[in-house]
Amino acid sequence: MFEISPTEWTAILLSLRVAVIATLVATPFGIGLAWLLARRQFWGKSVLDAAVHLPLVLPPVVTGYLLLLTFGKRGLVGQWLADHLGIVFAFRWTGAALACGVMAFPLLVRPIRLSIEAVDRRLEQAAETLGAAPWQVFATVTLPLALPGILAGMVLGFAKAIGEFGATITFVSNIPGETQTISSAIYSLIQTPDGDAAALRLVIVSMVIAMGALMASEWFARRALLRLHGN
Amino acid sequence: MVRATRLVAPARELIVLRVDIAKQLGEFSLSASFESEGRVTGLFGASGAGKTSLINVIAGLLTPDRGSIAVDGETLDDTAAGVHVPPHRRRIGYVFQDARLFPHLDVRQNLDYGRRMNRIADDPAQRRRVTDLLDIGHLMDRRPGKLSGGEHQRVALGRALLSKPRLLLLDEPLGSLDEGRKIEILPYLVRLRDEAGVPMVYVSHDAAELRQVATQIVMLQRGRVTSFGAVKVLAAPGPL
Repeated sequence: MFEISPTEWTAILLSLRVAVIATLVATPFGIGLAWLLARRQFWGKSVLDAAVHLPLVLPPVVTGYLLLLTFGKRGLVGQWLADHLGIVFAFRWTGAALACGVMAFPLLVRPIRLSIEAVDRRLEQAAETLGAAPWQVFATVTLPLALPGILAGMVLGFAKAIGEFGATITFVSNIPGETQTISSAIYSLIQTPDGDAAALRLVIVSMVIAMGALMASEWFARRALLRLHGN
Repeated sequence: MVRATRLVAPARELIVLRVDIAKQLGEFSLSASFESEGRVTGLFGASGAGKTSLINVIAGLLTPDRGSIAVDGETLDDTAAGVHVPPHRRRIGYVFQDARLFPHLDVRQNLDYGRRMNRIADDPAQRRRVTDLLDIGHLMDRRPGKLSGGEHQRVALGRALLSKPRLLLLDEPLGSLDEGRKIEILPYLVRLRDEAGVPMVYVSHDAAELRQVATQIVMLQRGRVTSFGAVKVLAAPGPL
């Protein structure tokens, strides 16, 4: 019974690709934003903070619909991107990656922000007095000390991205081989008369991936503590 | 005085530090004005007198509300002219009371940090002299977490010296150490004064300590400079 069929493999590999790309692209933005929220005071900070967390509290179908309105073929941004840069999100796996990235973003940012806040500012001051410009302080002190938190954020974001369903199916539908991820494949299989066994196989696969990601995240969190205490 | 090899920029030994600043920090108001050209200017005062705030202003970590700071004729702060040189461009070394070694770097990398940031060419002879002076050669591969309090402070001294500062600020470098450790570190500071050739501002609330290290004194009381002059302004509480 535990023979994974080619269509199931397609969905698994697509899910992995979508989640990996979503995490990798979202991480630099996540680090930048986490640093802003952790270290800077500016007008509208609380609004930005709320906006980052919005995908966490909005119904995923709402986020997906907003993405469709914005990045769809006729969307404001989507049309411009298609016309000028040839980037199309609608009904493509790239759209799935965008939806997953947006949904994963709050979970990615939070641990990074906490770990940057935990970096002792007095160490950053010491670096300044030794001649480090602000970007050098960030690269040589803040970033390495926050690294375990950044990895933990990436793992959490990845776990969220690989399980994303609502926003993805709303935005890019459920096209096998293009936008059908594990979640949407399970959804389709449950609605098919003989789909139970296949659905169960995918359920097990997704549980294994999620468990692995959570355990990795836990491990990074422990490393973070060790590192900050000087090991 | 017997003087061994000079370590850093001997011609700059008699640096002139001019400070005339005001800074409001919550309820506390700091307003200090002095000019010093000693090798070691002792900044003396009780805790809460504003000593740390004052050297944070000199280091550029705090911006004065009003006034100016100049080292060797170079203006580092001048609120009237809108000048504030950021800390990383001041070439002012800072040894903090709590050492502040980078926990993710070993001693060697900590010592090398200032050189790398300032893109100074590697100078093994200089590094050798500093590590010999401070007796930290055997600690090179250790992480700060594995150092004693006294070792921490010596590495922090070495790290600040190796960034080739024109002025070195020391904020109660013995403050976090117990009596035995203080006696361990004090000779290194005296050696530093006599051999390193870097002018220093030495902050302490301990008159006995300053009598050993300082060459002139700025006395600070509740945010104001109350007296300034030779070490004898520290009224001896008893026989030295």
